Amino acid sequence: MPAHDVLIIGAGLAGQRAALAAAEAGATVAIMSKVHPVRSHSNAAAGGINAALNPEDSWESHAFDTVKGSDYLGDQDAIEVMCREAPGEVLWLEHRGVTFHRNPEGKLGTRAFGGASAARTYYVADITGQALLHVLYEQLMKVHEFVDRYEEWFVTALVQDDAGDCCGAIARNIRDGAMELFSAKAVILASGGAGQCYKPTTNALICTGDGIAQAYRIGAPLMDMEMVQYHPTTLAGNGILITEGARGEGAHLYNAQGERFMEKYAPNKMELASRDVVSRAEQTEINEGRGFPDGTVALDITKVPRKRTLEALREIVNIGRDFAGVDITREPIHIRPGCHYVMGGVKTDVWGATSIPGLYAAGEVACVSVHGGNRLGANSLLDTLIFGRRSGEHAAERARAMSMPRASDAPLRDEEAAIAHILRREPGGRRISEIKDELGTMMNEKVAVFRDEDGLRQAHATIRRLKEEASVAAIDDRGTVFNQDVLGAIELGYMLDVAECIVVGALERRESRGAQFRLDFPKRNDDEWLKHITLSVDGGGPPTVSYSPVTMTQWEPQERTY
Amino acid sequence: MADYRLRIRRFSPESGEAPHWQEYEVDLDGHRSVLDGILQVKDREDGSIGIRCSCRAAICGSCGVRINGRPNLACHTHLDKAAETATDGVITVEPMGNMPVLKDLIVDMDAVHWKKIQRVTPWLLPDGPEPEREYIVPPESMIDVTQTMACIQCGACVSDCLSMEVDPLFVGPAALAKAYRFVGDPRDGQQFERLKDLAEDPHGIYDCTHCFNCIEACPKGVAPMSQIMRLRRVANADHHIEDRNNGHRHERAFVRNIERNGWLHEADLLPDSYGGKFHPRAVPELARSLPAILKALQRGKVTPQKALLHPHKAPDDVKRIYKHVHEKRERFELNLYVVGKEDEDAGPPDGVAAGAGASSAHGSSAGHTPAERSPNQ
Repeated sequence: MPAHDVLIIGAGLAGQRAALAAAEAGATVAIMSKVHPVRSHSNAAAGGINAALNPEDSWESHAFDTVKGSDYLGDQDAIEVMCREAPGEVLWLEHRGVTFHRNPEGKLGTRAFGGASAARTYYVADITGQALLHVLYEQLMKVHEFVDRYEEWFVTALVQDDAGDCCGAIARNIRDGAMELFSAKAVILASGGAGQCYKPTTNALICTGDGIAQAYRIGAPLMDMEMVQYHPTTLAGNGILITEGARGEGAHLYNAQGERFMEKYAPNKMELASRDVVSRAEQTEINEGRGFPDGTVALDITKVPRKRTLEALREIVNIGRDFAGVDITREPIHIRPGCHYVMGGVKTDVWGATSIPGLYAAGEVACVSVHGGNRLGANSLLDTLIFGRRSGEHAAERARAMSMPRASDAPLRDEEAAIAHILRREPGGRRISEIKDELGTMMNEKVAVFRDEDGLRQAHATIRRLKEEASVAAIDDRGTVFNQDVLGAIELGYMLDVAECIVVGALERRESRGAQFRLDFPKRNDDEWLKHITLSVDGGGPPTVSYSPVTMTQWEPQERTY
Repeated sequence: MADYRLRIRRFSPESGEAPHWQEYEVDLDGHRSVLDGILQVKDREDGSIGIRCSCRAAICGSCGVRINGRPNLACHTHLDKAAETATDGVITVEPMGNMPVLKDLIVDMDAVHWKKIQRVTPWLLPDGPEPEREYIVPPESMIDVTQTMACIQCGACVSDCLSMEVDPLFVGPAALAKAYRFVGDPRDGQQFERLKDLAEDPHGIYDCTHCFNCIEACPKGVAPMSQIMRLRRVANADHHIEDRNNGHRHERAFVRNIERNGWLHEADLLPDSYGGKFHPRAVPELARSLPAILKALQRGKVTPQKALLHPHKAPDDVKRIYKHVHEKRERFELNLYVVGKEDEDAGPPDGVAAGAGASSAHGSSAGHTPAERSPNQ
């Protein structure tokens, strides 16, 4: 039975950063992921990472932009922590070898990004997430003596001791099907978002909300789950992301009539308003008949000098060519809003600690909440690193003060039995892919940019039915080696739990704020709804709803215009 | 009527059966990817087909496979293009080469690829204390190493590396490209040590045979072979590293041989690689090479007449090329991310590759250009 001071589940940026921090603090560390770490979805964060590092810039300005971007739902103490520590984190990355873009003097150079009052986004071409992820993995290989890597292990459940503290996890080795109980003094969830609840989505196939559901199932409250970001520029059909960096570099948006429609919605910031504003503007144009017949508007990158595009937006040049058949340096590309990011997640404090002692969460799986109702572009990489590091440090500290918990074998036997049960399923159930498709398509229709009570109620009923169907979904693969079928069945369960929380949160919030726009409650209502909605598990039924206050430090809510 | 047919290589280690081919039908538009096709089959018919995949957008590097015998990412290959190169109209999909197969299309990358990555000390080793703020470095140097940072570790280059097929210990294209990421990084303090290590290793930088397979295979334009050549140039020209594999001398002999003869005069190549026929160390080393020389004589590759006389001299064109290159003060280092000039409007339709192809750190188009290759073009 493997035992470590700190067990980290998920090996994207948050997980790897947590592992490095915990190891540096002297803890023994295990980092576990259902894919090889460099396959993690942090790869997809193209545009960059925000930090007020220029002498002319200030962390307060960064923090205010983030608060305003969050539509005042973000917790200001957490936002202050993130923005204060951002410059140090970017320098830490630079010192470890990230090949950040330089200005002509050889210093770190920036690009503009949405919702920001200064150009404070540091970047590596348009592969920033990939560059960061690979550099952190370099560091992880460097400290291999202190960090055990469990690559291609799939977590099926978190384990608690008699007092209710989290003391490990049960995982299945994907390579050979062996189940193992991993004991730990602290567990850090860093397993990312849940974009696969939607179809299409910019999210990778692995983003199935595993960690959110695992924490929820053992009683950790989730927060801000109704806040699902639709990114303004995704390809129609497959949902592939075109980075906000394109607009940061100067690309414009046009409707089918050739109007630069953002003039109407955000006359000052135009295309660089915050994402909820731009997505809503696009969807309004499309719904009111001013989009293209394929339900899109046009992103015109030809405004950006060609040389600059080829240097700084190379990846989307490739994406345009390979996935849309368009040379973006010469013609506009058709895009539309698409599911991109869950602002909500497992409720944590500024050290990543959840309500369950010993359980931490960092990155997209968590809700600190620094993003509130709407995340600013290039704040997600920052979130993963700052709170990944902080939870790594805090978890290591917790571990120092305690002895290794003694976990019982019972949960392991339960999980083994659960998997055996899936493997023994009778044929005849619906196919997993069919249920997943129905869920995603339905969420994208009813729980998208615009929502209303009727649609949300239908969505909830559908999810309840799909849960029934999922419990007997058909299985083809009965083997042990790389049985992706059985993992798919478990992931489907995670997704349905998360989707239900998104819908229940959206139903509860009877106002419009950030990414949540209720057609039946189109105004922001600070008097009643300037508060977080938290959701807790309640047996097999829908979650119970409660509220938690928004932490304010220095910024009073104002009207939000761009 | 299906739109496309896939022939997938199946292998299940638990079944006790030998690997075999299985055919499936796919209903999808031609612009959808081979991965979409495989996932459709998996979703509709057979959930037991094993393939790693995640991002669907050629950034995570999970879905490296061989399609119609050529390595690529399944998500980065369109069905219609794949059908065009299929010999009998059926698109074949099989696991990558040079790595053991674990199940169906899944190979053991840890056993080969990641072991080799570990081999090149893949982390930055700066000299001295960390600066208070960022390291100040030339902007071009960061763009330069970004080409190797663009590597997504998919293993496509490893799959079809001919040298690795012959010498499984060869460090290989992906790991050597990774090595350049540090050698080319001005913040790294171990440039000499890294190069010395990789030059002295009999399976290191001089084990590559210039077959271009890795450049063809790479879906991200990393051009691993070009990075290997750059490692050699830096080792050779900047650090004058004389390796015990005789790699640098052999390379120099090659260049001089062609400068002199206009084409390769093989009989001179071996002695030249030892510093010339009359170099003191040539005698024992030539003696050791006698079996090879005898074999060459036997097969007519070398005749005494050809060995002694130089029937061909370099024509003026060749001399002019050499003169042009010798007169350059700076070495050309070509890179995908450092692009040409603004006025490239009249490029071919795939202007992207052309833009990148005509690039160099100094804005010239001379020399070999690591043009990006996509099977979709």
